Amino acid sequence: MRLLAACFLFVGAACSPQTTQREPDFPIEASLRVSGSSFLTPETVAQQNDDFENPGYLWVERGADLFEQGETSCEGCHKNGLEGVATHYPAFDTGTQTLVNLEGRINLCRTRHQGLTALPYESDQLLSLTAFVAEQSRGLPISVEVTPQTQSAFESGGAYFMTRRGQLNLACTQCHDDNWGKQLRGDTISQGHSNGFPAYRFEWEDFGSLHRRLHDCDTGVRAEPMELGSQTYIDLEFYLAVRASGLELESPGIRR
Amino acid sequence: MIRACALSSLVALLFCCPEAFAEQLVTPDMIVGDTIPAPLSDTVSSAAAGRTIFVDRDQGHCVLCHQIDDLDAEFQGNVGPDLSTVGDRLSPAQIRFRIVDLQSLIPDTVMPSYYRLHDLHQVQDEFQDQTILNAEQIEHLVAYLNSRTQE
Ligand code: HEC
Ligand code: HEC
Repeated sequence: MRLLAACFLFVGAACSPQTTQREPDFPIEASLRVSGSSFLTPETVAQQNDDFENPGYLWVERGADLFEQGETSCEGCHKNGLEGVATHYPAFDTGTQTLVNLEGRINLCRTRHQGLTALPYESDQLLSLTAFVAEQSRGLPISVEVTPQTQSAFESGGAYFMTRRGQLNLACTQCHDDNWGKQLRGDTISQGHSNGFPAYRFEWEDFGSLHRRLHDCDTGVRAEPMELGSQTYIDLEFYLAVRASGLELESPGIRR
Repeated sequence: MIRACALSSLVALLFCCPEAFAEQLVTPDMIVGDTIPAPLSDTVSSAAAGRTIFVDRDQGHCVLCHQIDDLDAEFQGNVGPDLSTVGDRLSPAQIRFRIVDLQSLIPDTVMPSYYRLHDLHQVQDEFQDQTILNAEQIEHLVAYLNSRTQE
């Protein structure tokens, strides 16, 4: 199954003409796709769904404040809010001809339209703004499609997902496609979807980005992790978003 | 013709991934069928030491994926098979091969190869050129799992 998927990716890369778009084929059937929250205790899910109990809302509120601040504030351009926007990210930016995630888009707005500097990845301010934007799509289905412009990002993200790495020599797909639902000691392995992020993790006792979670899965197999915000992780994020399409966005999620 | 093909693909491999040619710790002459008959180390192996390695988070941590009855460890995993009576199913030489490099028997397996250096990539700096377990630890595990029988 896994081999098949990998073959599909490579064959797809070699010979699919840009005009015929095919639905990507994932090892987990669409009807079996479930959010990471289905593997959490009912108490944790209840906490996630309660805006007052969910610690992630501290970051959402801080993001709301930042959104209004300054002479050329974000709000100046986005008067009607940003409902639904996060469901389409990562997305292709025609200006730079690159794929950007939500964090990247926020930084592009700062440098292009606000005369400000880009915020460092994983800084509290960038996390807060990202959480504030993502929260406005809470409950909406992720909707990211592969286009001719994003085909190569999809393929490299998919290749990263399928490749064994690290001293333990494991690929993402081996845990999250082949063994989800099983017990890895105290943890139930989920399908590894991105729809809860940025999220509050008990293990971090902190709020963090998807890339920080990917960094943890890489170091978990004793692989040299990629830099947060790197193109490799953005491509992987894109693959994960296509793979999670249809699932509801839950950010600010709560995870173990 | 076939030889030329093999040669050119070897050359290609050499250029694109030198790590694939890291030291082969277990050489073909050490392998007989699905077994490694000779111990990897001369030190006296101990089932009790093996039990500790099987559970310890900083050593084998095999309980991440495997379960063994009456072992003092909470939340044992179930990604791999129950090993409570593995000594009835497999000989010490078979157990040794499976811990050393199960991936050479079952290429798709999720079980890590605990005593192997070749064909790995993107390994974190602090774990470069090291096996997950050393030869003595493997032998203790073999002794422990061999002792896991019905009676
Ligand atoms: C050895 C097993 C293993 C490997 C390999 C692995 N992960 Fe994970 N991953 C886990 C566990 C355990 C968790 C935490 C529980 C859960 O949510 O699945 C997790 C969590 C995640 C999550 C968060 C899911 C959620 O709902 O919060 C994502 C996303 C993820 N992994 C992606 C990846 C990617 C991408 C890779 C490869 C770069 C990878 N994982 C490799 C075991 C693994
Ligand atoms: C990430 C999961 C994982 C870890 C960690 C792991 N194993 Fe395994 N192991 C498996 C799986 C899965 C199999 C079954 C082979 C297969 O189907 O791929 C297996 C098979 C075995 C077998 C053969 C059992 C039989 O009945 O044929 C032995 C022996 C074994 N493991 C010992 C160990 C030891 C000792 C350790 C720790 C040093 C360990 N395993 C760590 C997943 C794991």
